[in-house]
Amino acid sequence: MTRWFYILVAALTLSGCGYNDFQRLDEQTKSAWSEVLNQYQRRADLVPNIVATVKGEATFEQETLTKVIEARAKATSIQVTPETLNNPEAFQKFQAAQGELGSALSRLMAVSEQYPNLKANEGFRDLRVQLEGTENRVTVARNRYIQAVQAYNVLARSFPSNLTAMVFSYQPKPVFAVQNEAAISTPPVVDFNKK
Amino acid sequence: MRFPALLFILMGRHLRDRRLWRWLVGAIWGGWLLVAPVLAQLPVPALSAHVMDTTATLKPEQIAQLEAKLTAFEQSKGTQMVFLLVPTTEPEDIASYANRVANTWKIGRRQVGDGLLLIVAKDDRKVRIEVAKTLEGAIPDLAAKRIIDQAITPRFKAGDFSGGLDGAADQLMARVTGEGLPEPAAVASGYSAGFDWTDLAIFAFFAIPVIGAVARSMLGSKLGALATGGVVGGVALLVTSSLLIAGLAGIAALVYALFSSFSLGQALKGGRGSGLGGWHGGSGGSGGFGGGGFSSGGGGDFGGGGASGDW
Repeated sequence: MTRWFYILVAALTLSGCGYNDFQRLDEQTKSAWSEVLNQYQRRADLVPNIVATVKGEATFEQETLTKVIEARAKATSIQVTPETLNNPEAFQKFQAAQGELGSALSRLMAVSEQYPNLKANEGFRDLRVQLEGTENRVTVARNRYIQAVQAYNVLARSFPSNLTAMVFSYQPKPVFAVQNEAAISTPPVVDFNKK
Repeated sequence: MRFPALLFILMGRHLRDRRLWRWLVGAIWGGWLLVAPVLAQLPVPALSAHVMDTTATLKPEQIAQLEAKLTAFEQSKGTQMVFLLVPTTEPEDIASYANRVANTWKIGRRQVGDGLLLIVAKDDRKVRIEVAKTLEGAIPDLAAKRIIDQAITPRFKAGDFSGGLDGAADQLMARVTGEGLPEPAAVASGYSAGFDWTDLAIFAFFAIPVIGAVARSMLGSKLGALATGGVVGGVALLVTSSLLIAGLAGIAALVYALFSSFSLGQALKGGRGSGLGGWHGGSGGSGGFGGGGFSSGGGGDFGGGGASGDW
């Protein structure tokens, strides 16, 4: 009888220290991160098509276009490995590059409103829809990553599982920070002459 | 236990003071009021039908007709489509609201995840088709956008909401029909029950004798049997979230623990018989499921696919 009791206690203690939870949540954050990368890649793959279509418009603002091309080159040149997740500096660098590409693209889309030929172009409209869908997917993927990391970090920092984290040296994982905090906190300019 | 007692000693007669309590309640409420506007988000309505109109735009017979169409489609193909009409999605963007609603409801069969949500924000004049990951092949973003542009917005502009939704339903169904999704009957059992009977049976087969033996050797035969029944019932409740099944399983375990002639404890101590009889309890027909109402299959995973439009 006592033997059974001890086995029960041992099992409960092992599962109580959160080791398995760490493994599960670690995998969860990794797969959530892969989904983020996946969607970023999808966006990067769309850019050449968009650029090619926009180039057909001879008078298009060259500066906006070059910015997109440069931002894409920069974003895709950064090597991302699973270790990026545990390296806050590399993580922020990658994030900054992707953020730059995102804002360059949205600027391109805003500027394209001024070109009636481009707006009427069927191919460009399709690309626009695809880009919009991709941005939505990026948002969802980032949200899920944030949630996964939150669960992991809470486990890594709360008692008693933080002792497990200490023993195995599990660090809290980085989350997304907003790159352009100042730009976001200023209210947007509303233009009623657009349509 | 110790903390409230300490508190009581410390506060003593103040506990009987009404003003203190009123102050405390006031403080808690005040705190909530301060926090509440920050959390202000449109709540996700409870899923009750295929067509949900909170704007009173559609006539009852139009809702009934559309509902019948979507129900028939779900029965024949298995794919769940839900149309939701709300006045506005403010302060959220329609895309993020649609994604939140769809992921809360998890529309789509459990094993397949084929769900779709069409959401109309009437006062914002915006519409969105949110597509579950399974259906992103059948309805890519471009197709969703075309359906919005061709079937929905021209009719919405003319004020014909029911016609727009009906046309959208036809086109969406045509697209899903072309996709090779599993037939509804093939997954019907797993989808309606929501858990695996075999897992439970295997668990029960091994766990009940062990729990029974431990509990009886610790608590005595009658109390131990009662404890076994309680534990098994509790686990069954956790796994199946059905009181009926949990009750059946608990009673079966109790009966087993009471009347099994050999306990595992005795067998280990040198008994020769292995008295582990088969366990058949609790697997009575699953007649409790699937009434007339509509409920989500719980398998839809929405990753932000789909398209939005305005009119």
